[in-house]
Amino acid sequence: MQATTKVTQRTATSASGSAVGILALSGDISSASKDAILGAYQALDGTTPAKVLLDFTSVDYINSSGIAIVIQMLLEASKSGSRTIAIFGLSPHFQKVFTMVGINKYAALHGNEAAALASL
Amino acid sequence: MKNGSSVYVHIPSELGFEKVAMSTASSMATLMGFSPDRIEDLKTAVAEACINAIEHGNQLNSSLSVGVVLSTNDDQLEVKVIDDGAGIAAAPAAPDIDRKMHGEEDPRGMGMFLIQALVDEAEWHQGPPGKSFVRLVIKLNKESQ
Repeated sequence: MQATTKVTQRTATSASGSAVGILALSGDISSASKDAILGAYQALDGTTPAKVLLDFTSVDYINSSGIAIVIQMLLEASKSGSRTIAIFGLSPHFQKVFTMVGINKYAALHGNEAAALASL
Repeated sequence: MKNGSSVYVHIPSELGFEKVAMSTASSMATLMGFSPDRIEDLKTAVAEACINAIEHGNQLNSSLSVGVVLSTNDDQLEVKVIDDGAGIAAAPAAPDIDRKMHGEEDPRGMGMFLIQALVDEAEWHQGPPGKSFVRLVIKLNKESQ
């Protein structure tokens, strides 16, 4: 009964001129999203830029199981030591929730793509 | 809306149906005049309470349902989420992002923390099957916070 999660990949250029990979999420982010989200992240190969943005602009619903998947991705990035992840497009409510659980300590939260790219 | 109005919803013990309870709570809170940001807080708290009831209380048993009772009382909205589990004896420790990021703590386990953080009152009651529940309250007079 859980809605599906879609993840699409694209690239952009940061304000400093470096390439940035963007994983754009849409639909619901819940326990059912694990394969879609972690699969998309793990599919990023060596040619993918070291800086990755998660785009939540088109996400309708996030629960704590979905937040845990984001934490798992951050953990993988941290273990690899070669990739930085930041987040944009969260609603004000979920910016608050992500801050409550401390995700902002490990991934910067930005309001939109332009702000995220400007920070990199 | 008349004081003391109640709405009862029963959802299957299947993940995803928490959104039905969430939508109902949102509609009730809108009718009572809660602000959009407080309604978002309530929606997340109700969804997390239902997910806990579905996963832990009813163990994803499709023959069991989760009861959700929404009641208006003075200037507050009370939500009870009832399941057939034994209930929760004590709230778990607050999540520690540093421990999670070091693989020392399960990345999950944030639901009860979010519930407590997002509503004005949250209480867990233990009981026999069908009687364990969590009670959430949001208050209109806390709108300015």
